[in-house]
Amino acid sequence: MTNVTMTVNGKTVSAEIEGRTLLSAFLREGLGLTGTHVGCDTSQCGACVVHVDGKAVKSCTMFAADAAGASVKTIEGMTNPDGSLSVVQQAFQDHHGLQCGFCTPGMVMSSAALLAENPKPTEAEIRHYLEGNICRCTGYHNIVKAVLAASGQDAAAMAAE
Amino acid sequence: MHNFDFVKPSSIADAVKALSHEGAQALSGGQTLTPTMKQRLAAPTVLVSLTGIAEMKGVCMGDDGLSIGAATTHATVAAEAAKSYPALAKLAAGIGDPAVRNRGTIGGSLANNDPAACYPAAVLASGATVMTNRRKIAADDYFQGMFTTALEEGEIITGVTFPVPQKAAYVKFNQPASRFALTAVFVAKFADGVRVAVTGASNNGVFRWTEAEAALSGNFAASAVAGLTVDPTGMIGDLHGTPAYRANLVKVLTKRAVDAAA
Repeated sequence: MTNVTMTVNGKTVSAEIEGRTLLSAFLREGLGLTGTHVGCDTSQCGACVVHVDGKAVKSCTMFAADAAGASVKTIEGMTNPDGSLSVVQQAFQDHHGLQCGFCTPGMVMSSAALLAENPKPTEAEIRHYLEGNICRCTGYHNIVKAVLAASGQDAAAMAAE
Repeated sequence: MHNFDFVKPSSIADAVKALSHEGAQALSGGQTLTPTMKQRLAAPTVLVSLTGIAEMKGVCMGDDGLSIGAATTHATVAAEAAKSYPALAKLAAGIGDPAVRNRGTIGGSLANNDPAACYPAAVLASGATVMTNRRKIAADDYFQGMFTTALEEGEIITGVTFPVPQKAAYVKFNQPASRFALTAVFVAKFADGVRVAVTGASNNGVFRWTEAEAALSGNFAASAVAGLTVDPTGMIGDLHGTPAYRANLVKVLTKRAVDAAA
């Protein structure tokens, strides 16, 4: 067992964990933050994406002990301080960027990471950036629209498919 | 996954010491090793994270070329090598997906030497030097077959130094599910000749296509390799492509890489 301390959604947390504890398991089972989903558990699907020191990572493929000292942000930490939805979350709702919703936490976290490094991405750049996030409802079109809208661009102008 | 002790040293010396334990294994970004451990194909008793070692991170230009710390992520190489070695930066920007690139490292990729990984092609085509805690290893001596390298027990890659070519390009034919190379070619033109390295194609891992190097050293144009053929013997055959398909890709991608570099 090893003791780890990190910041999760702005709060300092400490716990005794096994070496093999994945960051995804630490968040879900240790802290009860079940918004981070585990889809494939093989780093293919992206449902478990969280931010570690501001960078999008797949939390099922990082050991919790490796995040010691880091600042972690999950989907639960994405709302505005007053509890209202963030711009990216609101855009997903407005543009129906989800069907079953299982992939949505990872999609939102990846989209927010994209917009942080590229505030006005093109449609092609959005599709390329999200290639590590899989939506098995294949609802990609509205997800891309949501990201365009969240970046302040005209989602309605996107060609229909 | 079997349990293990996790340690995260902050110096190369402490990492070497930790790796001397029976059953110890080095962990870099973990984008390959973690899934491997989940499948119990690897079960270390001590896992030594190398990502907390500051002296193993960073990209800098020196007299010998572009030096990259072994624990530098693909995302950092993509951003910081863009001006000094654009073909290498582009390769790094095409590995996996953004979240994988934020964790995966150049040293981890080279230590694993996956036969379809991208970095081995850049290292071999550039004639780069792999630095370890013990010695410097020339790229031509480093890669020794699929998942096999010159690294010895307890030896850690600390960095890689790339001579920067006059012209270079990497062209990857994506395996779309894994985003590894179904086949990919890195072409590098130096003042004293051209080097061509191929990944994803051979059962022996990354290799140099020496016939193409000779032809391109005389005439750096896609047409120079038009008359060459690639022997499919020893090429990888799987549900994504036959050995003959990959052999053909080697030539097609070499031509595309020369066009992209020229």
